[in-house]
Amino acid sequence: MTEKTAVLELRNVNKSFGPIDVLHDISLKVNAGEVLCLLGDNGAGKSTLIKTLAGVHKPTSGEMFMDGEKVSFERPKDAADRGIATVHQFGGTFPLMTIGRSFFVGVEPTKRIGPFRIFDRKTANETAVKAVQEFGITRIDDGDRLIGGLSGGERQSLAIARAVHFGARVLILDEPTAALGVKQASHVLRIVLEAKKRGLAVIFITHQVTHAMAVGDHFAVLIRGALAANFMRGEKSREEITDLMAGGEALADLDTEIESHMETHEGHPPPPAH
Amino acid sequence: MSLGAIAIRPETASVVGLVVVYIFFAAFGGAAFIGAPGWSSWLNIAAEVGIIALPVGLLMISGEFDISVGSIVPAASMTAAIISGHYDWPAYVGILGGLGVGALVGYVNGFLVTRTAIPSLIVTIGTMFVVMGLTLGLAVLIKGSTSVSYVPDPITKSLLGHFINGMFNVSIIWWIAFAVAFYYFLHISPMGNWVFAIGGDRETARNAGIPTRQLTVGLYILSGLAAAFVGIAQLMTYQSAQVAGGQAFIFNSIMCVVIGGVLLTGGAGSVIGIVLGTMTFAVVNQGIFFSGLDSNIGSIIIGALLLAAVLSNDGFRALALRYATKKK
Ligand SMILES: Nc1ncnc2c1ncn2[C@@H]1O[C@H](COP(=O)(O)OP(=O)(O)OP(=O)(O)O)[C@@H](O)[C@H]1O
Ligand SMILES: [Mg+2]
Repeated sequence: MTEKTAVLELRNVNKSFGPIDVLHDISLKVNAGEVLCLLGDNGAGKSTLIKTLAGVHKPTSGEMFMDGEKVSFERPKDAADRGIATVHQFGGTFPLMTIGRSFFVGVEPTKRIGPFRIFDRKTANETAVKAVQEFGITRIDDGDRLIGGLSGGERQSLAIARAVHFGARVLILDEPTAALGVKQASHVLRIVLEAKKRGLAVIFITHQVTHAMAVGDHFAVLIRGALAANFMRGEKSREEITDLMAGGEALADLDTEIESHMETHEGHPPPPAH
Repeated sequence: MSLGAIAIRPETASVVGLVVVYIFFAAFGGAAFIGAPGWSSWLNIAAEVGIIALPVGLLMISGEFDISVGSIVPAASMTAAIISGHYDWPAYVGILGGLGVGALVGYVNGFLVTRTAIPSLIVTIGTMFVVMGLTLGLAVLIKGSTSVSYVPDPITKSLLGHFINGMFNVSIIWWIAFAVAFYYFLHISPMGNWVFAIGGDRETARNAGIPTRQLTVGLYILSGLAAAFVGIAQLMTYQSAQVAGGQAFIFNSIMCVVIGGVLLTGGAGSVIGIVLGTMTFAVVNQGIFFSGLDSNIGSIIIGALLLAAVLSNDGFRALALRYATKKK
């Protein structure tokens, strides 16, 4: 098998905020058509890592490459222009704007009437609705609806559809399923797979092993800012992954502990330990 | 647009508010209020505050306040009066000087708001006091007085300080022109989208490639220019500039904007709403004189309108969001 060039590659990236070292010596490759699950406990540095990829933070040291070419982002716009799109937990959208308007924020379609440039609402609405329907969200059919009236999953889907529409090559999703119910989360997961099928590289942050296992091809685990594990699908068991996500502590044991406790205590969970 | 969609627009409430208030004062104010004297008196007030309320409203939609307009009005008025009245330069130099003061204060506001983490409310209160102090200090220093008089040439007077039919100030026409320009900017041009976007979520807007800083600075400059324009028009109308006065514009402009359905927290609002809110405010403000009611009642009505507007704006937002979900 010939090694293909990674869409995005980090080499020995460090990031510190003043005296606080958050990322240590991260080297990581992200390939097209692949979902990379970024796992780790709270505060492990996942968000910091993706913000570095997205041009929000500059690495303190280390290098980044896109398609083998060295890149350096001064601002989020630079990363966006190279095709790195980030979708934040709540879709990062504008609750009081319409679907059509928010879809095209910053790249408004216009038509010309005499000397005046006019926001082309019809095109905006039609394009936005079409883009999200292509991802299987057929309930969104009116571009004049307000974003705030959509469900969390629909918002996520819209944000992902938007990124894909504008030609993203790397899609970064920071806990897209965190606030969602089971059904909504599965919608988003399906869209993640759809994005992957279209050849995007997806970086997916989650705290839920099930979600990671459902879509991940490649897993990277951060523990206190260092890359503790980096492996492909099938190389580690669910229990091992769960352990790693908890920072190496035996969390898997806890599950069985709780279960046996509930069995012997008429279904009551154990009191939290302090 | 469906009936439901019309019912949930905040402008609908603004129209209802205006009609109710107008009928109320028409009942108490009699023929004079319904006739030309009444219309001219509230339209003159509406034009003055309305020209300032437009950019203040856009700033509020974008998530910022501008308190400093209250000091820019007298500062620009005084600047123009000193340049053209005291130093005898041509009117246009005085006008440009006055507008320059407004643009400069607006630029400083925008610069401080976008470069520091200080809330715009505090920044613009700060610049308001600085500008007030400077206006007083410089007027006394240069002219040795807190008021400067100036008699404009006939053309300037007819453009900026004339009363049509002896009643309607030309500012009304300027106000309409500004309202049309702002309507185009906010609702038709692509840039209007940016104003809503930065009011909704500045960070995301910036990441989407919107020049958020430049836009905010630009809006503050607009607001400074509009306040300066009103100051200059006052000078041309009354032929004298005072260092004091203008503070009323601070609360009045905010009230017009909020009564017009703009969300205090930003992200939503419309130019039509701002214009309607301004008219409502002006009708109450002048209706009280015509009706012969105690002027405290006017304050009470304005206060009640403001509270009702804030509550209904919030209600409308919730309704709009819920409606959108249900509609299917
Ligand atoms: N701007 C900053 N300045 C200083 N410290 C920061 C900054 N941003 C993040 N940190 C620190 O870096 C560490 C990692 O934070 P980060 O948000 O990347 O964690 P995370 O893995 O995304 O956690 P979570 O799962 O809770 O979202 C934290 O200890 C945090 O306090
Ligand atoms: Mg995080």
